Amino acid sequence: MTTLIRRFSLAGLACVISSVSLSALAGDAGNKNLGAKIEIKDFAFNPQKITVKSGEKITWINHDEEPHTVVSVGKKFQKSSALDTDQEFTITAGAPGTYEYFCSVHPKMTGTIVVEK
Amino acid sequence: MSDYISHDHEHDGIDRRGFLTCMAWAGTGLLWTIKGGVLASSTLAQIAKAGGQLPASDLSFLQISDSHIGFNKEANKDVTETFKIALDRINAMPTPPLFLIHTGDITQLSKPEEFDTFDQLVQSCRTKDVFYVPGEHDVLNDGGKMYRERYLKKAEAKGSGWYSFNKNGVHFIGLVNVLNLQAGGLGQLGDDQLEWLEDDVKGLGADTPIVVFAHIPLWAVYPQWGWGTSDSEKALGYLKRFGSVTVLNGHIHQVLQKVEGNVTFHTAMSTAFPQPAPGTAASPGPMKVPAEKLRSMLGLTSVNYHQGQSSLAVVDSNLG
Repeated sequence: MTTLIRRFSLAGLACVISSVSLSALAGDAGNKNLGAKIEIKDFAFNPQKITVKSGEKITWINHDEEPHTVVSVGKKFQKSSALDTDQEFTITAGAPGTYEYFCSVHPKMTGTIVVEK
Repeated sequence: MSDYISHDHEHDGIDRRGFLTCMAWAGTGLLWTIKGGVLASSTLAQIAKAGGQLPASDLSFLQISDSHIGFNKEANKDVTETFKIALDRINAMPTPPLFLIHTGDITQLSKPEEFDTFDQLVQSCRTKDVFYVPGEHDVLNDGGKMYRERYLKKAEAKGSGWYSFNKNGVHFIGLVNVLNLQAGGLGQLGDDQLEWLEDDVKGLGADTPIVVFAHIPLWAVYPQWGWGTSDSEKALGYLKRFGSVTVLNGHIHQVLQKVEGNVTFHTAMSTAFPQPAPGTAASPGPMKVPAEKLRSMLGLTSVNYHQGQSSLAVVDSNLG
């Protein structure tokens, strides 16, 4: 875990949005409560807008019976693969700023992440 | 053009009565026939009632849609079985249709094994010729590469998979509106495809019957749920001069029809699970219905259409 945190900090220093799909961490229950959680239900991201600190983890979980994706507008962070029911996707917030994203399968579904220092 | 919408509360071109009338036509199969350039359709049940006699026609083809192979949730835990039943119905027809059109969402998650299962099942169909357009579920992770490799080899498709062909004097156009979708938007054809379409129909006589098929409806069924295509108006503009245009779509897992000038729009049922009527649920996700009711809400579109006659045109446009 220490190694991973260090890696994300470095990415933040480099002013690059470090949006790493942390599939290795997705199943790590011990870390789930540390970051922000966005639930996907009824074809919507809840909460639709969140504010996090740089370096904080953000995890989406799909509660729908329909696959959804998380895709950054302008490709500012790595996109998820299609998330089936109960599947999760985690990134770590990088450089401060406002990041818009959407579901590329159902583009009416949009969300915003505000990253603060 | 008459306006058949009696109560348009949502200003979306759909009224509840019309919708229910339409849903009453949920059946188990649709045979398209073309006679003298006019497209008509009969349900498989109607054909059975008529002693297995098909309407006299120059051309018949069948539309299937939204098989979602791989879906295993409560709304239908065995989509493979219901797809098989749909194929059985086609195989039981006294005269097989000349070809099938699949209007997308072959699979649930674009997995190779899901495509494999579908391919294996569809081989059991007596009608071997199948023309495809992709649904968003078929292009989830690779921009449609796997889909194109499997289904577009013989179609000589352009761009991300659009193409046209002629059968018995009818011009068929398969369009792709599920790729490169933009945040907050709807289905999309894109400039390259529109340009191709304009060129594709340029040399055709206005009396050539046109059939367009694509996954997401090419009319604004319910934009709040993403049920529409942002640049479909432009595409339809290229088809305005034709006397008979039929647009066949899937995606919304229920039958809807709209007539606008010379253009008739139809959406097909799924063979996997129904979806709610526009705006009647929190989301357009799979609709759970009692087990005994499920099959009555699946199948292949069931609509009767005769040009100039709109007794079953459940949704019509107001040109006023």
